[in-house]
Amino acid sequence: MRSAPEAAVSSTQANKDVRPLTGNEAIARGAWEAGVRVAAAYPGTPSTEIMESLAAYPDTDLHAQWSTNEKVALDVAMGAAFAGSRALASMKHVGLNVAADAFMSQSYIGVNGGLVLAVCDDPGIHSSQNEQDTRIYGQLATVPVLEPSDAQEALDFTRLAFDLSEQFDTMVIVRGTTRLSHTRSPVALGPRQEVPQRPFIENPAKNVMIPAHARRRHALVLEREAKLKAYLETATINRWETGDASFGVVTAGTCYPYVREVLPNASVLKLGASWPLPEDLLRRYCESVERVFVVEELEPVIEKELRALCATAGIKIEGKQFFPREGEFSPEIVRAGFEKAGVLAVRTHKSAWTPEPLARPPVLCAGCPHTSSFMAVRASGARVAGDIGCYTLACLDPLRGLDTTVSMGSSIGNAIGMSKAGEPKPVLATIGDSTFLHAGIPGLIDAVYNQANITVLLLDNHITAMTGGQQHPGTGKTLRGADAPKLDYEALVRAIGVKWVRTVDSYDLASMYQTLREAIAYRGVSVIISNRPCVLDPVKIKGPALAIVNAQCNACQSCMNLGCPALTWGEDTFEGRHKVKIDQSLCIGCTLCAQVCTVDCIKPATAVTQ
Amino acid sequence: MSGPSASSSSLEAKPLRPAASAAKAREPLNVLIVGVGGQGVIMVSKALAWLAQSKGYEVKQSEVHGMAKRGGTVFSHVRFGPQVWSPTIPKGEADILVALEWAEGLRWLPYLKPGSGIFICDTKRIVPPFACLNRQPGARLRYSRETPAEVKAHVAEGYAIDATQMAAELGNERAANVVLIGALSTALDFPAEDWEKALSSFVPKKTIQVNLDAFRLGRSWIADARRGATAAEQAPLAPMPERSDAPYSVRLEITPQWCKSCDICVKLCPERCLRLNAERVAELAQPEKCTGCRLCELLCPDFAIRVHLDRPVVDATAAQGARL
Repeated sequence: MRSAPEAAVSSTQANKDVRPLTGNEAIARGAWEAGVRVAAAYPGTPSTEIMESLAAYPDTDLHAQWSTNEKVALDVAMGAAFAGSRALASMKHVGLNVAADAFMSQSYIGVNGGLVLAVCDDPGIHSSQNEQDTRIYGQLATVPVLEPSDAQEALDFTRLAFDLSEQFDTMVIVRGTTRLSHTRSPVALGPRQEVPQRPFIENPAKNVMIPAHARRRHALVLEREAKLKAYLETATINRWETGDASFGVVTAGTCYPYVREVLPNASVLKLGASWPLPEDLLRRYCESVERVFVVEELEPVIEKELRALCATAGIKIEGKQFFPREGEFSPEIVRAGFEKAGVLAVRTHKSAWTPEPLARPPVLCAGCPHTSSFMAVRASGARVAGDIGCYTLACLDPLRGLDTTVSMGSSIGNAIGMSKAGEPKPVLATIGDSTFLHAGIPGLIDAVYNQANITVLLLDNHITAMTGGQQHPGTGKTLRGADAPKLDYEALVRAIGVKWVRTVDSYDLASMYQTLREAIAYRGVSVIISNRPCVLDPVKIKGPALAIVNAQCNACQSCMNLGCPALTWGEDTFEGRHKVKIDQSLCIGCTLCAQVCTVDCIKPATAVTQ
Repeated sequence: MSGPSASSSSLEAKPLRPAASAAKAREPLNVLIVGVGGQGVIMVSKALAWLAQSKGYEVKQSEVHGMAKRGGTVFSHVRFGPQVWSPTIPKGEADILVALEWAEGLRWLPYLKPGSGIFICDTKRIVPPFACLNRQPGARLRYSRETPAEVKAHVAEGYAIDATQMAAELGNERAANVVLIGALSTALDFPAEDWEKALSSFVPKKTIQVNLDAFRLGRSWIADARRGATAAEQAPLAPMPERSDAPYSVRLEITPQWCKSCDICVKLCPERCLRLNAERVAELAQPEKCTGCRLCELLCPDFAIRVHLDRPVVDATAAQGARL
């Protein structure tokens, strides 16, 4: 049973072509080499580049697409696997929540063509709303979770995942983290393996999950788990690295290099799969050393299993009492844990000179169309349910325009609830175009159906901006840049049954204010579509810059309310307050500052001589 | 397993690959490159990583760029040597810290190796909007106040370069990062020709010449500084806006008869310190927050609000002098 995966891995060893790849690029490469035919994703940091890299391979090799959300992406990949092709879906950790319904049932069905799910976790919450641990999903669905520790393994494990998927009749998760996704290291490349399309399996007992079928499949899933455990007992993706026997470390994935960094000569059991676990191997390993530490980021997934496993043998398992359950690991954190555990001598730190760090929170770009939308929102006095996207940054000073943000598409449902609960302020939901298409539409239908009194501000900047500018059904382009039908928001919203719909240019601040006032005054569901492209993607917008007539500026700093990064204090003051100047290299000439200037001192730079 | 993460059984026996004299036998050389989104941090680290890999080192380059485009802080760890484990540089172990922006350089100083770390920093200041959120008369900019001289006193070897100005003089401000690559190149013993080759493949074709000039300028600037020329001191920071006027005491005069409850002042007050009272007339609810910016006065369509800035005291030191 083991021969095929081993061959797949060793085939890369003979290859001489070594290139620096990020973890995401390596996962894409691994999928391509494994002969993937269909791949789908919804963008989400840190997973986005997997699908972007796959799109760089010829379309004759594979079909790659942005889907409207992660559930659709997984359904698409699943469909391709039903049809007998190798398929991949990729997403960030919270994306799997969206896809979880399909994911859980898929586990019972298994595969025809190999099906791999690349999920990237975000320990440390660099760009997410939480730091949930995907490995627990593997446990929950009884689906194997492979954990590469560097880019080479990202490629090798992804290839292996396709083989395992077909061998064991299961979807396989390749789990990465932000650090793996965005670290570049040398990777030996291999050729693409063309996998012939399998015929569709016409077997309702396997493919149609009615209760009678599902009950039988569940038993098979448990059998599959036992087989996977047996396979992992001897699989080469687990590595027993012998060393000093006074203690041993069980670890996996991106924690492994940190352990090696601080303990170059320790005994380490590096697991290639963090679910399921090879019980006999673990037991033998634990017996070979005097103390056992588990080093894993986030949840004690391996630690708990190991503790249960070794309870009868009287072996003590140590882990989370020394290594945190939150945040991203680093060599420093791993070292500190081993120092606390008494296996490393405590290093005395010479307190380095540490100047107070400058606060530099991320901000909306100069000329961002969301800025004026939230200037209007801020002045509306409404209770605002926000959503996920660049505009979530509007919760910070000076815009401070959001009251809540939960998950993709939550804004509209949250707004309905606030309104039904009798919130005294007018209730507003703000949601971006890509997020609206992802999970906002059912919320809007709900609002119309339940006759909620809310206003929905659809912030259409014509792109999925937060993740770096990806296409979606509203942009008229596909992942590969080909033309596609372009969704008409106003027609969609009207078809849902919204009677009050208006489209506004976000750069026209006065009409933005006025429209929002009217929308809030309307009793029922009103929708405003604020329509201006993102200044970064798909094309970087650079208009003629503006400048301030310094002598005229009265330092009211009305323009500073925008939080525009092109606006900063000048050298002069008026009544003790700092006058403002415009950084010409950043200004794109959106004119919002000129629109709010109380003394009309902001003009095209060409007309201002300082 | 294949590839550079090969099993550790062969680890001890593995012959060391050719090492730059700067890299000690087993330990990797750590270069931390930092700046603000859009400055070219990733380009610098890619060029270095490419060069180190071409010399046969194992290289890991790690960055986090989710929020980078939005004016946030950007950093890239580059580690190379015969064997590299962690993709990130542990605190206090960076051999070289290259900063494309002044405050970012200061932020990452604790990562520099005490006693031997080299600090190369552009004196360019990118002031975030957050630093200017204060309308109080005499407010201070919330930006790092440490001077190059102070920083140099705390690091083993420090260079504060006005790279942005140098690049601007070459005709392309965006080549500032390459001036810094030039400076960085003097701290590593890769031949200059190889750096230039790496650069030529990483910058847009049209800008190769200006970038090569920038690279050479950065190199020669460090050479001058090392020869004892006071080049480092020749790069003073541009003056920062300082408090220049003594504070005023603010008083709002609202004429209730003229107020028609339009709410404009309430909605647009940047400090949100106004409200409509029970009679729906504007009032100052939180006087301690009012900065006297006059926005309400300027925006009131009915001239119902007047802002008085009382007691414009003269220069504080002069006042003190008078008292003495």
